Order: sequence, then structure tokens, then C-alpha cells
Amino acid sequence: MQKNYKKSFLLEQNLIHLFKEKKSELFGNCHPKVALSRQQAFDDFQAKGLPTTKEESWKNTNLSKQYEDIFQLDNPLTELDKSAGEIFQCDIHGFDTDVISMLNGWYYSPEGKQLQILENGIVVGSILEAQKAYPEYFDSYFDEIAKGRNHGLTAVNKALFRDGIFIYVPDGVEVEKSIQLINIVNRDEKMMINSRNLIILGKNSKLSFLHCDDSVNHNPGFINTLTEIYIGENACLDLYKLQNINNETALLNNTFIKQELNSRSKVNVISLNGGIIRNELNVEFSGEGADADLNGIYLMDHEQHIDNQVFVNHAVPNCNSSELFKGVLDDSASGVFNGYIYVARDAQNTNAFQRNNNILMKSTAKIDTQPFLEIYADDVKCSHGATVGQLDEEALFYMMQRGISRQDAYLLLMYAFTAEVTGKISIEALQSNIEDMIKKRLRGELAICEKCVLHCGHPDIPLEFEIDMSKV
Amino acid sequence: MAKDKQNKNGVLEEVTSSEYKYGFVTDIETETAPMGLNEDIVRFISAKKNEPEWLLEFRLIAFRHWLTLDEPNWALIDYPPINFQNIIYYAAPKKKKELESLDEVDPELLDTFNKLGISLEEQKMLSGVAVDVVMDSVSVKTTFQDTLAKHGIIFCSFSEAVQNHPDLVKKYMGSIVPYKDNYYAALNSAVFSDGSFCFIPKGVRCPIELSTYFRINAANTGQFERTLIVAEAGSYVSYLEGCTAPQRDENQLHAAIVEILVMDDAEVKYSTVQNWYPGNKNGKGGVYNFVTKRGLCQGRNSKISWTQVETGSAITWKYPSCILKGDNSIGEFYSVAVTNNYQQADTGTKMIHIGKNTKSTIISKGISAGKSNNSYRGLVRVSKNADNARNFSQCDSLLLGDQCGAHTFPYIKTANPTAIVEHEATTSKISEDQLFYCQQRGIDSEKAIGLIVNGYAKEVLKQLPMEFAVEAQKLLAITLEGSVG
Amino acid sequence: MLLNIKNLHVSINGKEILKGFNLGVNKGEVHAIMGPNGTGKSTLAAAITGREGYEITKGEIIYKGKDIRDMAPDERANEGIFLSFQYPVEIPGVSMTNFMRTALNAQREYQKLPPIPAGEFLKKMEEKKQLVEIHAKLTNRSVNEGFSGGEKKKNEIFQMAMIEPQLAILDETDSGLDIDALKVVAKGVNALRSSENGFVVITHYQRLLDYIVPDFVHVMYDGRIVKSGGKGLALELEEKGYDWIKKEFEI
Repeated sequence: MQKNYKKSFLLEQNLIHLFKEKKSELFGNCHPKVALSRQQAFDDFQAKGLPTTKEESWKNTNLSKQYEDIFQLDNPLTELDKSAGEIFQCDIHGFDTDVISMLNGWYYSPEGKQLQILENGIVVGSILEAQKAYPEYFDSYFDEIAKGRNHGLTAVNKALFRDGIFIYVPDGVEVEKSIQLINIVNRDEKMMINSRNLIILGKNSKLSFLHCDDSVNHNPGFINTLTEIYIGENACLDLYKLQNINNETALLNNTFIKQELNSRSKVNVISLNGGIIRNELNVEFSGEGADADLNGIYLMDHEQHIDNQVFVNHAVPNCNSSELFKGVLDDSASGVFNGYIYVARDAQNTNAFQRNNNILMKSTAKIDTQPFLEIYADDVKCSHGATVGQLDEEALFYMMQRGISRQDAYLLLMYAFTAEVTGKISIEALQSNIEDMIKKRLRGELAICEKCVLHCGHPDIPLEFEIDMSKV
Repeated sequence: MAKDKQNKNGVLEEVTSSEYKYGFVTDIETETAPMGLNEDIVRFISAKKNEPEWLLEFRLIAFRHWLTLDEPNWALIDYPPINFQNIIYYAAPKKKKELESLDEVDPELLDTFNKLGISLEEQKMLSGVAVDVVMDSVSVKTTFQDTLAKHGIIFCSFSEAVQNHPDLVKKYMGSIVPYKDNYYAALNSAVFSDGSFCFIPKGVRCPIELSTYFRINAANTGQFERTLIVAEAGSYVSYLEGCTAPQRDENQLHAAIVEILVMDDAEVKYSTVQNWYPGNKNGKGGVYNFVTKRGLCQGRNSKISWTQVETGSAITWKYPSCILKGDNSIGEFYSVAVTNNYQQADTGTKMIHIGKNTKSTIISKGISAGKSNNSYRGLVRVSKNADNARNFSQCDSLLLGDQCGAHTFPYIKTANPTAIVEHEATTSKISEDQLFYCQQRGIDSEKAIGLIVNGYAKEVLKQLPMEFAVEAQKLLAITLEGSVG
Repeated sequence: MLLNIKNLHVSINGKEILKGFNLGVNKGEVHAIMGPNGTGKSTLAAAITGREGYEITKGEIIYKGKDIRDMAPDERANEGIFLSFQYPVEIPGVSMTNFMRTALNAQREYQKLPPIPAGEFLKKMEEKKQLVEIHAKLTNRSVNEGFSGGEKKKNEIFQMAMIEPQLAILDETDSGLDIDALKVVAKGVNALRSSENGFVVITHYQRLLDYIVPDFVHVMYDGRIVKSGGKGLALELEEKGYDWIKKEFEI
């Protein structure tokens, strides 16, 4: 009976080695909670190792190729060439954002400001700087949500993260401009990047945040990001994740959200391209009257793999959650959706809704969907549904009878399929931009471009079926 | 308002607290194997049954494999570790000699089954259901065998089948649930004692319902029966299964295997009303029910329909499944699972679509009351070549009271673009409006709950053969006696 | 001749539904095709428009001098064949406006014309909406989604008005309509009648023909036309029912 036997992967060995070698650097100038978290996570990692398909929640996502690859694990902060500043230009028509950037795992500010205080006392900058400047926020919030919730790769992140972003929105402040994080990797080596973010929304505050993961080259990579978001009483968060990375890159995006009394969160995860993408979204209600609206679109083809793990913990009564994830899988792409709604004992008057719809385009594509409910309170309204199917043949014929080619009819229907999710994006300019990207993606025109995921520098290719009547 | 709530809780209490009425023990002389499990016990069982060498070999291989396995722990059930050495693996009511006629059946036994509402006297039977009765480890009586034989149907105890139809048993046993399948399948394959065997030859439509009644009687014993049903091309059979056990303070283990093989154009309908002793109000005692049931739709246009009403057992771990291998084959699963007090159920199905144009339907209704937990766990898998596969699943949960849990764990795996798979589920409680409506029409809350729950489960209950459906309806009401808030 | 169907045999899943169907339609003509249920009227519409699963085993469909049997449905549509569906499908997420514009531009591309300018398109939408008295807000909704039966049928005529086909097939457009909606639909159709286009009106009842007056009436039975005549034939059918036709041809 060989139990718990686990092969040690090359990456595992290298990571352990790195931790030991760089210990003084990692722990230098650390906030005590950061140091504690690093050490605990490292111990945990040594015990657990990297997650493999033998673990229930990793059954359908296999990273063994990455585990045996040689990555540049420690990326020294080097001087940036001047053109790098160009990378971060991003103009979405009618949509003005404050852009912050991560370059090769390090917070990057063209002006050299690692921590900035914007109007109304909003703090934005590097998590490394923030722990020194604002230890009190780290005392109260750092690792408070993500603590102890580890699989091997979250442990790796916690132990080894080099940098990340920090955002603090004071009580009562509504951030007018969206803040946009552009996460770019442009080095020629294969890199593994661990970055950790902390976002704090004070009472009655409001923030809309775009998190863009983008590749600018075709080098293999492994991006492992952990984000903790604390939404204070009556605060409101709009979170958009736009993922457009190359086919050789694996992206693990782990987000922990904690919501206080009457707070609201709205999350849209748009996965357009990527070798392996795994999004873990953990939402916990710790105050009553909170509301979470979690949505996602994934459009995968070739050998791509997408894995969305959405866990909603109704720990207290009177909260609402809604999940809607929709995806199209073409070629040999594979998809996983694992939704988990947990309703604690006494979390009465809970409304939880969950739906996952998939379209398989080819016989080589596949989907595993697991919409789970675990419910311990009786005064609840919970429902979930999952479907796997095709585009409606009746509708295709109807369109063709009106003269629309089969291919265009396909595109229209696929676009319509995703519209239910994009329709929930509340910033109009962003919505139409994302819709355009989806159209391009569906037409196979969305390539890894030299700019960020939002294709700012490029004039839009006119799309015949695109009409926005509001603009006529 | 508060008073109202209290009243209702009172009703709930009453509804859920009624007694298990099959909890008596029959005082009958019983022959048992020594307690514990080792190769000698396996040999003892085999020798007791006068089995051929190959069957002993089968048991021993399974036993050795079982030793290498760990108990599965993925289900949402919680129980102290089972001491497998603390169980008696063979217990048989002592017989004086081979039975020639019903007159020779021990009157205590006859009385037992009369109390359970099962008459072994054929002339007394109204509906014409052939019954095989299994008490502890052995089959005590099979009725209507002669009538069935005229149609070429074999319906007998598994032990008899081993003696009289060894070729058939050898050919099919373990072909659908191999001993390696899981922990409890391996255990059963090593120590199974009896069960039913049923063979419907080509083109025969079985004229009566076949039924097996399982009863655990002896203390400290486990029950490990096997059922094997083979339906040849173009045949049809409807098979019923019922189970009860005495009320005892210690937990008893039941680990059964059911295998069904269905050829071209044949259909098997398998209905279960499971009412093993569920333990008392405080969660003491009750049967641990770990069952592997699987049917293979091997032939084109073949069909298997599982219907289960699960009201008993302290723990239920059971996933009656269909492997839809033949083109156009159909699998159905209809389930009502009721848990009350400290009962735990983790039950559902697997629908494995392999052939083209295969269809499956899953209707599951979970009802939790008291401090119980009730989970639906089901897999729908569409293989690469299963063109035009269709599945529809509807899994609803009803919560009665705020101390129980209702969970849904569907797994959907699709690798064919022409498949359509739909899963829907809702979780809710009985609405105050419904209750009030009934009350306003003069129906008291207890009756109203019974009414509403039965309505809720109707889709499944209507799948049951008539006599069973009536029984099941009563059972639902009884199990829930005392439960809405 | 606009449309010439010769000895058409059509099967679905190997079962023959049309059994030697003949019909000639000239520009400017309205032909009504009547007959009891299950005689193949809708199969005819499907065969002309090229629906999948309808196998032409014998005969030909000549449209504007060309055999269209091998043309894809969208190509036939762009050649000017329009079907008003008996059961218009709902297409969630696709707005009517977007849908119509896509269809019009597909047609223009086929004719090697540039896409229709937004202003012109909107003007046309407004104009045609009024023609069928379709509520303005319907066009902001998804195609047919949540439309009532009557609205769906009006929407079909609205689309016909937008697309301006040369051959329009109306499949049971009157079914499920109240008298007011029927009048609106007929008004729309009549407004589009010209010497340049032809209509095939499939209907079970004579009622619609009070408003869309046909040049020819054909009675279909068991997969072929068994009787043809002028508009008087429809009235005769209304009076006598279909039984006499059945009796006449059932041996």
C-alpha cells in the first residue's frame, strides 16, 4: 500500500532551493505578518508539494509539463529600457483609467514612484513599499482572508512572491477613474512569476478595477498571482479580469474576496487566450446584506485549457450571490467549471444562483462541469444549472434563410451566447471594447499583440454585424 | 408569529419522531460463522454453500485485493471507522432439512414475513408477485418458481443458481461490477452469501413482477448479497427489492452488489424501497448501507430504469448506474431519498454514454429533516463517440427544518460536440403559502406536509409499480412524521 | 417564369412526402396552396428554401432559370427567395436591428454593393415598421424573443418588407392571428405585391385569401397538387371542406 507517495517535481525542488537561498532577501524589511505568512506557507508547501491531478480540485487540470520545466524563478529587477514605457499606454475610447503596471513580476512606475497617494487619499503602489509605509493596514488586512487556504501553488505564491500591487481606498471615497493593472511579461527567458496583491476598500467606498494579464511574446511562462480584496461596509467593487496570454503560458489567478455588511462585488472574468488558465475565485460574506455578482466568459481553442473554480461562502444570512459562466470550446480545447456554493447553518434568507453554459464546437473539445451546492440552512433559494450543447440549428437555418452566411450566422449566435455576460459590464465603453475583442476572438483575429489586451493602438477592423444603435 | 413557529416545530417534531415499525427481532435459531474476517472465513462461507472451486478462487482473489484498498472517503458522510473484524460475515436461520413445501418453513419465519407484510403463501398473494426472501445470509424461500420456469425464466436464490446454473453465473458474475470496482464491491465479492439470480430468455416478457425481500435479523452480522439479472434480447422484466432490519443499538453493515445485463431491445425496470433500520432519534444504531448497483445496456435499443425510494439506513452510499453502450440505449434514474434525525445519505447515479443516440434521464428528489444530511451525487459522462447523446437531470432538494443539510454534487463530463446535457437543480423549503393554503382548507399541518412532500416526490413515485407506490407513499409520510418548521 | 417546380419528390428520413409536385409561378402572380394537414405544404417550403434533412430524390426546382437544388439556404435567400416561417425561432441575444442589418448587408454584398449606410438603414426600418404596424420597441429586442404569436408573424412580414424578395413564400402566416393582425399582415403583403415579384401563400383556411386575393388556387393532397383553379376554388373548399377532395383521390 503505497500511500501519499508523491514524486518530487523539478520545479518543486527548484522552488525549495530558491526559498532557502534567497531567504534573507525575501524576509528583509518584511512586515511581521508577511514574514509569518512566508514561513508558514513554505512549511505548508514542503508538506503538500505542487498540486497534481490526484487532488480532487485539480483532477482536470494538469500542470505536469510546467512542473518539469526549467523556469527562471528569480527575476532581478533590472533597469528598463526606455521603450518599456510605451507598453503601458492604453487608451480605450471614452474610458479613462489610471494605469498601474507590473513588469516581469515587479511593480513598475515610469515616473519611478513606487507608492503614490492620489486625490482623496487613495493609495496605489507596490506591496513591498506599502508594507513599510502602512504597516497598520497590513496588521489588519494582510493574509486575513487567504490565511490557511492553501494548495501547493498558493503556498508557493505566499512563500515566494516578489512584488505585487497595493490599493487602499479610504472610507467614503468613490474612485472616479477606474484603476487598471497591466501585468506584462516581456523577458526572453521562461519565467515563473509569483505576485501578491492586496486591495482594501473602506466603508462606503467604491472602486472599479481592471486586472489585465497579457503576454507580449510567445515564450513559455508560468504566472501565479494571488489577490486579497477586502470590501468594507456598504462599499462597492467592480472587478474585471482580462486574460489574453500566449499559448505557451500557464496562468493561475487566485482571488480572495471578503465582503462586509451591505457591500457589493461584481466580477467579470474574460478569458480570451492562454495555454492554461485557472481562475480561482473565493468569495466570503462576513456581513449580512452583501451581494456578489460573478460572471465569466471563456473562448478557447487549439490545445488551450481553462479552469474556473468559483467558491461562494454564504457564512451569514441575507446575502445574494449569482454566478454565470459561459464558454465556447473549439478544436482540442478543454474546459473545467467547478462552482461551489456553501450555505452555512443559520445563513437564512440566502439567494444563491449558479449557471454554467458551454458550447462544444468539435469532437476533440471537452468540458467538465461541476456545479455544486452544499446547504445547511432551510430558508434559502438556491438553484443551479449546467448545460453542454451546440448552437441552435433552427436559428442557423432561420438566419441563412435571411441571406446570412452560415459562418456569419455562427459568429452571430456565438456572440449572442456571450452577450448575456458582457451585458452585465456596467462601464459602457469597456463593455463595447470587450464585445469587440470577443468578436475578434471569435473571428480568429485576436492575436497576441505588442500592446496590452485592450488593443489600444490598433484601429478597429470594421465588423459587419456590429451595430451600436445608440451611436447612430 | 413566534407561537406559530413553535406550533409548526411541534408538528415537525411529531412527524419526524415516529417509530420504525419493522424493528422487531425474530427469535429463530441461527447458525453463524465466527466473528471477524480472514481467508478462513471466506473458505468457510464457500464451503457452507458447497461452492465449486472457481467460485472460492474468485472470492479469495477479491479478498486479497480488498486487503490492499482503503475505505473511500469522498462522500459527504461522517461515521466512526468500521471495525471489519467485529462483524459476523455469515448467519443463516437453521434449517432442519431441505424444504419441500411451504408447510416446512419455520412458522416463526412465516410469521416474521407476515408481519412485514409479505406473504410467502402463493395462493394468498393477490397481485402475483414472485418473491425471493433473503434473511441474513441466505435465501429462505422463492415463490412462483414453477410458473416462471414455464416461460424459461430462471428466478432463484444466488446459491441455487450457483448449484443449478453454474455456467450462467460464471459467465456473468463480476462482468459488470468487477471485484476491483471499489472497496465495498471487493468486500462483497469475497464474502457475499446469497441474493437473487434472474435470467429472462430471449423474447420473453416476464408475466409477473419479480421481487426480492431482504431482511437482516441476527445481531452483529453484515449482509452481503449479490443480485444478478440477465435480460436476453427482446425480453422484459420488472424487478422489485425491499429491505428491513431490526432495531439494534449497534450499527450493522450492508454491502451489496447488483449487476444487470441488458441485450438488444430488452428492458429491465429495477425498483427499490430501502427501509433498513435508520437508527434511533439520537442517531444510535442503524444500518450502514454501502451498495454498488450497475446495469449495462449492452444491446441496441436496450433500457434500464432504476427507481429508488430511500428512507432507511443510518448511512446510504449508493449510486445505481447505467452504462449505455448499445446504440439508442436508454438509462433512467428516479430517486426519492428521505433523511431524518441523524441519517446521512450520499446517493445518486452515473450515466455513462458510450453508444450513439443514447439517452438518459435523472430525476432526484432529496428531502432532509431533523439533523440529517442528504446529498445527491451524480455523474453524466458523454464519451467521444457517443454522438447525439442526450441527458436531462433534475435534482431538487427540500429542507424541512433548519438543522439539516441538502447538497447537490453533479459531475458533467462531455467530450462530444453533438451531445446535449442539461442539469437543473433547486433547493427550497416547503413554502409557508402552501402550508397556509392547505390549512385554510382544513388540512392540518402534519397532513399538509405529507401531502406536499408526496406531491414533490410524485414524479418519482409514479415510476413505481402500483403496490410499491402505495407502500412508498406511506413510508414517506411515516419517515417524515414530526418534521417542518 | 420566376419559379418552375417539376415533378418534385422529397423525402424526410427516407419517407416520401412530396410525390411528384408541379408548380409554375410567374412574376406578378400570387399562388395559394391549400390542403388538409399533413399533405406536404410545409415540406414544399422547406424544399424550396433548402432546409437540411429534406432530400430531393427526383425532379427539379428552377428559379429564375437556374436549378437551385445545390444552393445553400443563404445563397437562395440572397437570390431573392424569402420564407415567412410558420414557427419563427427565437434567437436570444441577437437584437432585431443587428440581425436585420446583417441580413441586408449580406444581400448587398452578394449583389456586390457596399454596406447600407446607417442613416438609410434606420430610415428604412422606420418606414417598414409602420407598414406592418409593428411596435417600435420590438425591434430593440432579441429576434422573436418573448414575442407573442401575432407579433412573430408581423415580424416575418416586416422582415420581408425590409429584404424585398422576388419570391416570397408565406407558410401558414395566418395561423394564430386574430382578425386585426390578419388584416395588418395582409396589408403588408399587398403593399409589396408588384409586377416584379411572385408569392406562394400556403394556408389551411380560405380566410387569409379574403385579404390577399390570389390569382391561382391549388389544392394539395398526398404530396402533389390535385386540383387547380381561380380564387373561386378557395370559396368552394371553404364551403365543402376537404373531405370531398380526400374521397376523390383516396383510391
